[in-house]
Amino acid sequence: MPVSWIMIILFALAVLGYVLGRRRALASAGGDMRNLHSLPSYYGSHVALFAVAPAVALLAIWLVVQPMVISSSVARSFPDGAISEGSSLSLVMSDVKRVADGLNVAVERGALSAEEAGSVSAGATNIRERLGSVGVALGSDVDSSVLDAAQKYRAYASTGHLIMTLAVLGLALTGFIYGMAQMRAEFRARNIVEHAVKALLVFAASIAVLTTVGIIFSLIFNTIEFFKLYPARDFFFGLTWAPSFGGGSELGMLPLLWGTLYISLIALAVAVPIGLFAAIYLSEYASPKMRAIAKPLLEVLAGIPTIVYGLFALLTVGPLLVSIFGREGLNWMQAGTAVMTAGLVMGVMLIPFVSSLSDDIINAVPQTMRDGSLGLGATHSETVRQVVLPAALPGIVGAILLAASRAIGETMIVVLGAGAAARLSLNPFDAMTTVTAKIVSQLTGDADFASPEALVAFALGMTLFVITLGLNIIALFIVRKYREQYE
Amino acid sequence: MSDATSGGAVPAAGSRRHGSILQLDARTKKRNAKEARFRAYGLGAIIIGLVFLVTLLTAIVSNGVGAFQQTFIEVPVYLDPQKLDKTGNRDAAEMAKVSTFGYTPLIQQGLLDLVDREGIDAPFEKAGDMKALISASAAAKVRDYVLANPDALGETRGFELLASSRVDGYLKGRVTQESVERDRNISAEHLQLADALREIGAIRKGFNSEFIFGADASESRAEQAGIGVAILGSFFMMLVVLAFSLPIGVAASIYLEEFAPKNRLTDLIEVNISNLAAVPSIVFGILGLAVFIEFAHLPQSAPLVGGLVLTLMTLPTIIISTRASLKAVPPSIRDAALGIGASKMQSVFHHVLPLAAPGILTGTIIGLAQALGETAPLLLIGMVGYIATNYPDGISSGFLDPNSAMPAQIYEWAKRADPAYYERAWGGIIILLVFLLTMNIIAIILRRRFERRW
Repeated sequence: MPVSWIMIILFALAVLGYVLGRRRALASAGGDMRNLHSLPSYYGSHVALFAVAPAVALLAIWLVVQPMVISSSVARSFPDGAISEGSSLSLVMSDVKRVADGLNVAVERGALSAEEAGSVSAGATNIRERLGSVGVALGSDVDSSVLDAAQKYRAYASTGHLIMTLAVLGLALTGFIYGMAQMRAEFRARNIVEHAVKALLVFAASIAVLTTVGIIFSLIFNTIEFFKLYPARDFFFGLTWAPSFGGGSELGMLPLLWGTLYISLIALAVAVPIGLFAAIYLSEYASPKMRAIAKPLLEVLAGIPTIVYGLFALLTVGPLLVSIFGREGLNWMQAGTAVMTAGLVMGVMLIPFVSSLSDDIINAVPQTMRDGSLGLGATHSETVRQVVLPAALPGIVGAILLAASRAIGETMIVVLGAGAAARLSLNPFDAMTTVTAKIVSQLTGDADFASPEALVAFALGMTLFVITLGLNIIALFIVRKYREQYE
Repeated sequence: MSDATSGGAVPAAGSRRHGSILQLDARTKKRNAKEARFRAYGLGAIIIGLVFLVTLLTAIVSNGVGAFQQTFIEVPVYLDPQKLDKTGNRDAAEMAKVSTFGYTPLIQQGLLDLVDREGIDAPFEKAGDMKALISASAAAKVRDYVLANPDALGETRGFELLASSRVDGYLKGRVTQESVERDRNISAEHLQLADALREIGAIRKGFNSEFIFGADASESRAEQAGIGVAILGSFFMMLVVLAFSLPIGVAASIYLEEFAPKNRLTDLIEVNISNLAAVPSIVFGILGLAVFIEFAHLPQSAPLVGGLVLTLMTLPTIIISTRASLKAVPPSIRDAALGIGASKMQSVFHHVLPLAAPGILTGTIIGLAQALGETAPLLLIGMVGYIATNYPDGISSGFLDPNSAMPAQIYEWAKRADPAYYERAWGGIIILLVFLLTMNIIAIILRRRFERRW
């Protein structure tokens, strides 16, 4: 029975449970709702819950665990000599799975009958051709050990599936009967249903934790894989970045890190003064009317997708800079993609980020401090510089750190605007590349996923994650600590 | 005013002593100048920011508006039965054997005949010379027409065909007669011929609905490329994001805001959410690649996977805004519900949640808009490098078959070598921004209309 059928049966059981449970509870209360402990719908939900929730949980676990168990038991039964040189168990196992899936597809499409599929042997029929005719492509001819394993795999899978169907439906039925048995007027259905809902809420809230765990695990495992193939010291301290998919790559991170930091530095040099002055003006000088117009307009800059900035860098700012600093101008710049191009555009992107964060922080400085300073005869700008800004400084530093982490993690602008050459140079008009841009280029090719050239992207991602996480934590810590001072 | 009278009295006092309110001494003047300068810096910063905004929008509109116009050539094509239906049976299966290569010469001949008939002086004698003017997609269009109307064979029918991207660029000013000197695809004579054809009305510019609704094309056919399939891909992705992030986001916020005890676990979740909000989007792409594609073996390039990755990315945004709107519901509402015997759960689901709904909806729309424009994670799960030429043929195909998404399509166009694609990329941005603008306006209207002040 396919999984979708099981789900439909479970759903039907839930509806049935709801209706019957509700009716039974009402009947036990003599048909009068007031004699029930909870509202009637809670009794119905209780039965539906007991019928479905354990069964679905079992189904989900079974679907994840069964393939793993079967793979390992099939792999264990593989004869030692069957794995040819230059191959590995995982490669053979993926062949086995493909053949098994292919046979299943062939049966489904009617190219083979179920008995035929169960009895094909490598010698008698050319499996590759047979499967090819139903659209299942196999890389190489199937040898007998793989075919045997595939047949075993299919047999285990179908047995496992049968047991699963029985177990899930049995559990559902048990839950249903158990739930029904409890339907008495004094039964506290609401409390139990609410506990289940609360468990659901807790689960939803922990998805954030699960995501972080998922990120960390996917980064760590692949990074370890990478360091098995490539020495960690060469990665962290290497001065050349020259990946070649033929092998013999040099994968030093420093040029990428330098490009990232250089571009971020230029971006911050644009965004911090403009954003900070804009925030000061908006919070200290601007009339409410101007504030109501200028603040949302500036924030439009933050709502524009980064791909737009990327295109703007590539097609507008780059050519513009070349016409000034290029061969016809000052001759500092070779091509439109450069650190300066990406940095300037990223700076524009970060202006609203700096300005609205700083604006909030400046507004949080108590008015009494300004009044005190003005009362002593300071001008408005003196008040801002000598009273408001020092008071807001920790928060502003936090805002700048958050902007820096944004800049370091930004991808589309640098992919389109910064160029692809990894180099260590001081000239801001040179093309350089960044950690994020290389993650994209190493993972978007047709590279073998197990090669160091592809896996290096995970080590780069790990570096990026650690740096941005560190900046965020420091920034949040500073901002939080500062906020407490005035609250 | 009173200033005039007091103005006479004060200077006398001022001349006695050192400085006054009306006669400023050097130091005060300096301080005031500094004040004015400081103020000007602030104003300047805002103006610079706004100038950037205006420049950006001008660049987008001026570069992208051309994508909505396309050049068409009106060509009378003689549908030669000897070439298109050799057996003469008008049998559909037989006729379908003639590929587009069989149609191309007829179209080119048709255009050459038109040039001769109109007496245009052009140095072209072979039909093949007309290739540079007509899009490579034209033959397929004629073929589709013939297969649908076999009766038209033997007649001369007028077709409105796409002009090639160079001719299109020439009419839009992107290509000039000088710039094509070293172009292998077209010569200056072709462009002069295009001018002549334009004068007799055979070439004209029209609205390009294919760009909005059509599919992407191969690299050499910029004139044919459209963003329609990618819009659909984005749409399916947004459905996934909505279906997952709204319930999970709301459930998580309800727990954290209403039920969570103050303990380590709650703290951990809160710190996690605020950190996830600041994790670079590309890292979510790595997560999607490693978990959804390598581990769970979901199909590559599928909107389902893209939607799942974007869900994880937008969850923090939605949780943060949902919590804010739950917090805005006054405690008295909860107390009233609890007071008449509702459980905590009932008070939240029956009273607090409906009151917070407009705020939650606004936050969700803004989160969706953010997800719609996001590109970097999509690059890693394979939504680029894929040419989205076919519409998905059903709901499940829409979720599971490889597709592109709007920002990924724009990136793809920006990478292609033909400058004709840059215009498409800008045009795609206009469409993307129109979607984002609409979503944000809906969010603002919702907020204005339903926002309650307690």
